[in-house]
Amino acid sequence: MATSLTWRDHLGTIGARSGLCRNNYKLIPGLYCTGTPDPDSPVLATANYKLSFDALRKELTGIDAWILVLDTRGINVWCAAGKGTFSTAELAYQIQQARLAERVSHREILLPQLGAVGVCALELKKTTGFKGIFGPVQASDLPRFLNSGKIADEAMRTITFSLAERAVLVPVEICLLWKPILIALLSIFLFSGFGPEIFSLAAAWQRGVTAAATTLLAVLAGAVATPLLLPWLFGRQFWLKGLQTGLIAGLITLILFSKQAGLLAGFGLFLWSISISSYLAMNFTGSTPFTSLSGVAREMRRGLPFQAGTAVLALVCWVAGAFF
Amino acid sequence: MKDFRYIDGAAILKLDREACIGCGQCVTVCPHRIFSLTEKKAEILDPNGCMECGACSRNCPVRAIYVNPDDGCGCAALLIARWFNTLIGKETASCC
Repeated sequence: MATSLTWRDHLGTIGARSGLCRNNYKLIPGLYCTGTPDPDSPVLATANYKLSFDALRKELTGIDAWILVLDTRGINVWCAAGKGTFSTAELAYQIQQARLAERVSHREILLPQLGAVGVCALELKKTTGFKGIFGPVQASDLPRFLNSGKIADEAMRTITFSLAERAVLVPVEICLLWKPILIALLSIFLFSGFGPEIFSLAAAWQRGVTAAATTLLAVLAGAVATPLLLPWLFGRQFWLKGLQTGLIAGLITLILFSKQAGLLAGFGLFLWSISISSYLAMNFTGSTPFTSLSGVAREMRRGLPFQAGTAVLALVCWVAGAFF
Repeated sequence: MKDFRYIDGAAILKLDREACIGCGQCVTVCPHRIFSLTEKKAEILDPNGCMECGACSRNCPVRAIYVNPDDGCGCAALLIARWFNTLIGKETASCC
């Protein structure tokens, strides 16, 4: 197996990262290898999501190793471990299927640290005889880990969320949104048509374009600016972080459109911006590696009523704005 | 993770120090480095750093650690779907 990625791998990465083929980017589970491993070579376990597999193999240049790929239905190690597919039982099954005990003389298997959510090392030892050793969080630390006697330092064991790590999540966030955005845009054009003449197609189009532009700007604020600016926005709750980017988007909207739409309708657009941005920022909690589900539930009890309230008020102002 | 902090007092994480045998597995697997071994027992140094991933509890040989068992990646859309489905009495399939 190659340890360098080809243009096809990179093209696939773009496809998966943009959400086009993210849910079906997998490989066949089983035993693979890099270089020419012998019975003494290390065994590394990973998920059958191709991005996970690629992240691992490209770090193994010049290293002879066995790679045991678990069937996680094309989901990455951490999420799969959380959902129970990257598990002790699945690992035991693949060890048996690959007849690993006959191929290697040692009884050690290196596991990604984040796999610990689903794999219990002690249980693995009991059921298979293989000792599970948790390696670093990032595959890029593997060569250093292997060369230092399989000991990971604190940095290797700590999860990070750098600007680059956040930026790579943005395209998927946007692409998963196309359905709700489409529905929102259709309703926006519908509501923009209401006015003194009951319903006007011309108004639906003219005012609709303004409201649609506002919506897209708010999506940028909530799903692009918030993730990128995450550490610099005030507060810890994501709906408040999204509120800040939404305020800026709303002010831009006011400056651009309030003359043409009127002050009341302009205020509606402003409220709409902060509602959308706040909600999308809150939804980004699902993509970060540091938000607890209990915390998300707690902030949603405050954020959701605010977002729903401002959205309804925005709608009222927008429709009323057509009359005044 | 020191540069990102989430809501204090939210995460549900409990350690039974009496039951702990000091194997140190929780110290090893925690991606936020919130455990430490003191006097041959695990100790939670930074409870607010917990994201409820559950790795410590999964790898504890004596079940001395309890973490909010609610699975799911924790995005708002999933929680809304779940709350809504509870209202109408339906099961929620997990998201991503």
